[in-house]
Amino acid sequence: MNPLKEPQRGMTVIVKTIAKFVVPPIILFGIYIVLHGHLTPGGGFAGGVIVGSAFILLTLAFGKEVAFQKLKRSTASVLESVGALIFLSLALLGIAAGGWFFLNFLPKGHPLRILSAGFIPLANIGIGIKVGAGIFAVFLTLIVFRVSAKK
Amino acid sequence: MNIIPLFVAVPLGAAFILVLMGKREIASDVIVNLATLCLAILSLVLIPFLKNNNGVFVYAMGMWFPPKGINLVLDGLSLFMLIVVNTVAFFISLYSIGYMKRFTAKSRFYSLFMLMLAGMNGVVLTGDFFNLFVFLEIASIASYALVAFGVEAEELEAAFKYMVMSSIASVLILFSVGLLYGLTGSLNMADVAGIIQGENNLLLSFSLILFLVGFGLKAAIIPFHAWLPDAHPSAPAPISAMLSGVLIKALGVYTIIRIFFNVYGMTTQLSWTLMILGVISMISGGLLAIRQEDFKRLLAYSSISQIGYILVGLGCGNYWGLIGALFHLLNHATFKSLLFLNSGAVEYSTGTRKLEEMGGLSKVMPVTGATSTIGSLSISGIPPFNGFWSKLFIIFGLVQAGHFIITALTVLVSVLTLAYYLKVQRFAFFGRLREKWAQIKEVPKVMCVSMIVLAIICIGTGILFYPLMKTILEPAVAVLQEGTKYSILILGG
Repeated sequence: MNPLKEPQRGMTVIVKTIAKFVVPPIILFGIYIVLHGHLTPGGGFAGGVIVGSAFILLTLAFGKEVAFQKLKRSTASVLESVGALIFLSLALLGIAAGGWFFLNFLPKGHPLRILSAGFIPLANIGIGIKVGAGIFAVFLTLIVFRVSAKK
Repeated sequence: MNIIPLFVAVPLGAAFILVLMGKREIASDVIVNLATLCLAILSLVLIPFLKNNNGVFVYAMGMWFPPKGINLVLDGLSLFMLIVVNTVAFFISLYSIGYMKRFTAKSRFYSLFMLMLAGMNGVVLTGDFFNLFVFLEIASIASYALVAFGVEAEELEAAFKYMVMSSIASVLILFSVGLLYGLTGSLNMADVAGIIQGENNLLLSFSLILFLVGFGLKAAIIPFHAWLPDAHPSAPAPISAMLSGVLIKALGVYTIIRIFFNVYGMTTQLSWTLMILGVISMISGGLLAIRQEDFKRLLAYSSISQIGYILVGLGCGNYWGLIGALFHLLNHATFKSLLFLNSGAVEYSTGTRKLEEMGGLSKVMPVTGATSTIGSLSISGIPPFNGFWSKLFIIFGLVQAGHFIITALTVLVSVLTLAYYLKVQRFAFFGRLREKWAQIKEVPKVMCVSMIVLAIICIGTGILFYPLMKTILEPAVAVLQEGTKYSILILGG
C-alpha cells in the first residue's frame, strides 16, 4: 500500500511528500561526504551520521513500519558490526602487509584525487557503515523499547 | 613485535563477531574463551620477550614514531598489569559459561565483556594521553552497560549512579589532558614528562589535582567511592569480579601510578596525599564493610579497603612499599574475583545475597565453601596465603620509612578484615544448614573449575612468592623507581 495514502500512520501529507523528495539527496550527500573524507572536511563519522539521519527522517515521517522495509533493525546491528570489523581488519592487514598495526599499506597516489591516501578511503567507508547503522539502531532502540514501570 | 597490538585487536574483533553470533550460545562460549585464553598465554609469552629487550619496548602504531604518532609502551609495569587483567579475565569468562545461562542474550554480554577487556588492555598499554582517555571510555561505557545487564530497577539505578559519577571523572580527566596539551603542545606521555620536568606551574598542579580526582573516582578511593557499593553488587557476579578485581585497578590505580610516578614525578606532598587517602579508604572501607548484611555489598566495601592498602604502599615509596603495593594489587585481583565468584555461586544456588538467610552452605556446596574459605583467609592475610606476604611487605616498607602510626593502623585494619570475613564464613558457610537449603546442589562444573583454579593461584602465589617477585614484580617496581627517566627511555629507545 502506498504510505502516502495512509493518514493514520506517521505525519501529515506535506511532511511525507517533502520527506520523499529529500531522503534520496540526503543519503547521496552522506555517501559523498564519506567517499571524499580524505579530501574535504567531514569523513566516515560525519557522512555516516548524515546517512543515518536520512533513515531517522524516514521513520519520523512515515512511521517505523515503512522505515523497517528499507532497513531492518537486525540488519542495522549486523551492518554496525561489519563496519567495525572492516576497520579492524584494515588495521590488521597492516601487520600482514608491512609488519605494523595500522600501517597504511596501499599506494598513496596523487594528493586531491579520489583514489589516493592509501587505505584512508576504505577506513572511512567502514566507519561510515558503522556510524550510519549505529545511529539508526540507537534511535530505533530509543523509540521502540519501553520498560514497563513497576507500580 | 606484533603481539602487542593484538591485546587490543583480539578482544575488539571478538566483541564485534560475537554480536553477529546472535543466539548461538555454544559458539559464543567458545569464541570468548579462546580469545581470553590466547590473551592470557600471550601475556605470559611476553615475559621472556621483555627481558631480551632490556625491560622496555615501544610499538609505534602505523609506523608513526613518537612523539608524533600514538605509541604502545610495553614495560615491566604494563606487562604486570596485562598478566593480571588477562589471567583473571580468562577465569571469569570460563565461569560465565555456567553462570550467564540464566540471562537472555549471552552473546551480547560477552560482546560487552570483550569491549571492556579491550579498553583495559588499551589503557594499560598506551603511551599517549588522549589514547588513554579513549580506551578509558571504552572500558567504562561497556561497564555501565554490564552493571545494568539485569535490567531490574535496582541494577538500572546503580548503573545510572555509576554512569553519572564515572562520567564526571572522565570529564575531569579530559579537561586535564586538554590543559596539559595546552601547556606542552604534546599528548605523548613520555614527551610531556620530558617537557614538564623541573617546571613549577600553577596550571600544572591543577591538572595533577584533576587527574587525582578523576582517576580517584575510577579507583573508588574514599571520598570518591560512592558509586562502588551500588554498582559492584548489582552487576552479574562475573562482572562484579571483573569490576572489583581488575577494572578499578587498570582504570584507577594503574593510571595513577603511571601518571604520578612516570609523568609528573613523585614528590613528598604527593606521597603523603596518596598515603593519607589510602589510610582513609583502608579504615573507612573496613568499618563500613563490617556492618553489611549483603554478601556482595560487603565484598564491595572490602575492595575499597584493600585499594587503600595499595595506595598506602605506593605512597610509602621505598622498595618494599612499592613491591608490596603491586603484589597486593595482583593478590587482590585473584582473591577478590574468587570471592565474588563464590558469592555468585551462592546466589546461583540459593537465589539470595542476604548473609543472615544463609548458613551451613559448605555442607551442600563443598567446592564453593572450601574456595571461599581460602579466599577469605588470603584477603585477611593469614600465612602462608598470598595476602599475608603482600601486607607484610607493605608493613616492612612503612617501618623502613618510619611511619609507625600508619603501620599500626595497617595491622589493625588487617584484623578488621579478618573479622568481617569470619562473619561471612560464620553466616554463609558454617553453622547449621537451614531446611530450605537442604535440597540445593553445587554449581555446574565449569564454574567450580574456575573457582578452584583461582583458589590454587591464591595458595600458589603465596608459596611461590619469591620467583614471582623476581620475574614479574621486580621489573614493574623498577619502572616506578626510575620515575621520570621514563621519558628518556621511551623517546631514546
